Amino acid sequence: MKKVKIYITLRESVLDPQGSAVQGSLAKMGYNEVQDVRIGKYLEVVIDDTDRELDVLVKEMCEKLLANTVIEDYRYEVEEAN
Amino acid sequence: MKFAVLVFPGSNCDIDMYHAIKDELGEEVEYVWHDATDLSEFDGILVPGGFSYGDYLRCGAMANQSNVMAEVKKFAEAGKPVLGVCNGFQILTEAGLLPGALLRNKNLKFMCRTIQLKVENNNTLFTSQYEAGEVIHIPIAHGEGNYFCDEETLAQLKANNQIVFTYAGDNPNGSMEDIAGIVNERGNVLGMMPHPERAVDALLGSNDGLKLFKSIVKQWRESHVS
Repeated sequence: MKKVKIYITLRESVLDPQGSAVQGSLAKMGYNEVQDVRIGKYLEVVIDDTDRELDVLVKEMCEKLLANTVIEDYRYEVEEAN
Repeated sequence: MKFAVLVFPGSNCDIDMYHAIKDELGEEVEYVWHDATDLSEFDGILVPGGFSYGDYLRCGAMANQSNVMAEVKKFAEAGKPVLGVCNGFQILTEAGLLPGALLRNKNLKFMCRTIQLKVENNNTLFTSQYEAGEVIHIPIAHGEGNYFCDEETLAQLKANNQIVFTYAGDNPNGSMEDIAGIVNERGNVLGMMPHPERAVDALLGSNDGLKLFKSIVKQWRESHVS
């Protein structure tokens, strides 16, 4: 089994009002060093051993459902799962 | 004319849509569950608002994977009318039937009030009963209605007159170019954030939405003259 860690982030061209609000809060707390905050999603997908190629599988899942490539980018890491 | 109102787990404007068609427009209408695999008996598809699949992952993302959406894509390809309102608009963009995406409102608030809407293009099957430039009053109720697309897509929308409705007063959600509703290039799929089905009776504040449904029926009748 593999654990696939998928990171989905808003594309650079897309404004992130949530991130801006969090940055504002951090600034109010005195963390004036913070230049920018972008909020994304993190998914852990555990995948059984399969004959299908894992990269093809994960890419398909990301592009068909997990990410909306009009507004989001994705990347992933693969780990052995117990 | 016979309409289908699609129903997903979490749809909550389906009953309003049904009421608008049956009681105010006086046409045939049926609810169609998300696992349906045949839409051949219908002449128009209405994708209602709500929170399909709890808006989990992204608004409309999981609804797009349901059986009925494969049929809606075929229906749209055949040139028949498809209207998506609010969550329905989000589902149609996720399905790729309309370009762009709907982001979180710029002010992060759920906006629920009646707004002024300008009819930018009355030369569509959805808006022929309105005057060009007419300002109408229609309620909105959404947290993610901030329309976004890339520059190239925006230029295409403008060049093809696909921007059908814009916010005439304050823009409630920060959408690009004040966009409130767009059609596909062919003009038979409309997605909009405001709720015309909630504006079909003057007693309840406005009946400005009724002309949208009347436009659909008019076009259908004209193309089905025996």
